[in-house]
Amino acid sequence: MEYHLNFNFIWQYGSRLWWGLALSIQLAIISVLIGCVIGFALAVAYTGGGRLTRLAISSYVEFIRNIPLLLLVYLVFYGIPSAGGFAYDAKESFVATLSLYAGAYLVEVFRAGLDAIPKGAIDAGKAIGLTPWQRLVHVRFPIMLRIVLPSLSTSFISLFKDTSLASVIAVPELTYGANWIKTNTFRAVEVWIVTAPMYLVTGYVILLGLRILERALIRNRLT
Amino acid sequence: MRMFGNEGAPLSMTDAIVCISDLKKSFGSTLVLDGIDINVGRGEAVVLIGASGSGKTTLLRCINALEVYDSGSIRVDGVEVGFGDSESRPRRRRSENELSGIRADIGMVFQLFNLFPHLSACENVMLGLTKVRRMPKAQARDKAEYWLRRVGLADRMNNLPGQLSGGQQQRVGIARAVAMDPKVLLLDEITSSLDPELVGEVLAVVRQLAAEGMTMIIVTHEMIFARDVGTKLVFMDGGKKIEEGAPNDLLRNPRHDRLKAFLARLEMH
Amino acid sequence: MSDLWSFTVGTLPFLWSGLLMTLFVSAVVVVISAFVGAFFGVGLAYGPLWLRVPLRIYSDILRGIPLLVVIFSIYYLLPFAGLNLQPLPAVLLALTMFKTAHVSEIARGAIQSIAKGQIDAGMAIGLTFHQRLVYVVMPQALRRFLPPWINSVTDAVKGSSLVSLVGIVDLMLASQQVIGRTYQPLPIYMLAAGMYFIINFSLSTLSRRLEARYAYVRE
Repeated sequence: MEYHLNFNFIWQYGSRLWWGLALSIQLAIISVLIGCVIGFALAVAYTGGGRLTRLAISSYVEFIRNIPLLLLVYLVFYGIPSAGGFAYDAKESFVATLSLYAGAYLVEVFRAGLDAIPKGAIDAGKAIGLTPWQRLVHVRFPIMLRIVLPSLSTSFISLFKDTSLASVIAVPELTYGANWIKTNTFRAVEVWIVTAPMYLVTGYVILLGLRILERALIRNRLT
Repeated sequence: MRMFGNEGAPLSMTDAIVCISDLKKSFGSTLVLDGIDINVGRGEAVVLIGASGSGKTTLLRCINALEVYDSGSIRVDGVEVGFGDSESRPRRRRSENELSGIRADIGMVFQLFNLFPHLSACENVMLGLTKVRRMPKAQARDKAEYWLRRVGLADRMNNLPGQLSGGQQQRVGIARAVAMDPKVLLLDEITSSLDPELVGEVLAVVRQLAAEGMTMIIVTHEMIFARDVGTKLVFMDGGKKIEEGAPNDLLRNPRHDRLKAFLARLEMH
Repeated sequence: MSDLWSFTVGTLPFLWSGLLMTLFVSAVVVVISAFVGAFFGVGLAYGPLWLRVPLRIYSDILRGIPLLVVIFSIYYLLPFAGLNLQPLPAVLLALTMFKTAHVSEIARGAIQSIAKGQIDAGMAIGLTFHQRLVYVVMPQALRRFLPPWINSVTDAVKGSSLVSLVGIVDLMLASQQVIGRTYQPLPIYMLAAGMYFIINFSLSTLSRRLEARYAYVRE
């Protein structure tokens, strides 16, 4: 089959890809931040909570982790408005979905982090008379943060890749942009030759950036 | 040489800073403390000796409520540590927040140092001062620097624990505990995890504190140190207090067989 | 409320064939990726440079791109490369390539986590490379491989839902078809969620049991 590669579409429609990428990154950042809040709060609640609390949190985590993200996206975007009556736009819906998704995974990360805190440091905190809240803020949280930083980095990159699913509910991120170009220019091959590496390179850049951030934070003991 | 203390004579309850009476504690089905009675007077240094598993560390950890005791009483400066007393609910377990307040006045130095890994030496000492004693930061820093200088770490104040030797870490641990102006200092085998050449520098600090009148309860295997610093020696075995008295008496003329056997084992090293 | 229940249960037959397709896709992907991935893993751990570099590139590329993009890319790139496949085989190929990359990482990790001392001991008693691989490394690596691999199986099941976006009628698309006729998204999506949940939760429970059983083996 004769086929001439034609990359002209880039000059005409390339902005859709760049803005799409920007949106993808934005979605990932917001979702990971909300996810961290959810994940940390639930991890603390789980560690200190009774059977009922632990059961509730486990149920949430297991439910989210065992169903496809695609299904969760549809569930939140189509399912919830049909029952509850309140509708929200695609972007809000996706951020909510991805945050819930991130939260479920991050609970595990934070729980492992809290468990890994050396018990002696907590004893020392008790011995100098810190209240439980003070121990959480000044001893457990800073130590845990340094332990979980690598896992948080990998989670963030994973979430960035998951933003591609926003395309199914017409959120104009990178994958949606690529599909749009394919539909309107019929340049299916070329558009994916350009888009796939965009994900790859961005992911790599984020990874390097996060590693530098990690090292800087630890050196300056800002955590 | 000690300047204060009764040299082993029994103390009345009112003189005592720490009053432990008929203390019992079990871990599951194992009885670890079986009716302990000890009184520690102001300025005294009580040394607990005994084999591992005799309950010494558990006893120490009960005094500042890191472990909760089952029955009996521990009073520090008149306040019952583990249980509160109210009209409606006598002998109710204290909440964590209440315990925090009580622990502020009891200092503890740990066998494994337990420094906060994310804070420098100075910050380790300052944490209790700023958050618990509610000192302004500048004042806390001055005090922290003073105590770090006292323990010989003037040039290591901004180092992280990971950058300090075992002996240096332990001295930070001592500074951290003492800077809080505790009523009594608990020392839990503080030299057991140190390389032999580092033990001396740590014990020197403790000797000095003892000479200045700090009330302390010490768990240790270092018999020479125990004899030098201790005003009273207590030998424990199987969760019970077997013998109690002045260090020189106990070590030279042990009365009970178990103490004789214990001391004999130590001689073998 | 019982209306809702009987309605929901009534849709089951329509979802059934979708569920079968999901299971079929998952099974094919898991089985093929397990074998190829294991081979690649061994290659990554022990292979010569000319083998490790391409495998590394393959693995990094396929793990660095979202699954959806992998599917679209391969789906549209195939005719260009000369392969004219039907939608189903095309997407199966895409999914399998994706999972193989992940499985090869798991395998590599499991093999390389075996302490060097074990290999030294094997060498010391005179075992050949092949013998060491079969009698010392693999048995231990297998135990470390299984729990994360079972997790990747649940990922494969969840990933299979993306075939709905290229027109394959799996559980996901079947649900959407039913919703298109009945306009009741919530109960039907919850029903589909329930089915995915049962499959994956059973698998992850198995993985946890295995991890607990073999925990004593790890140093």
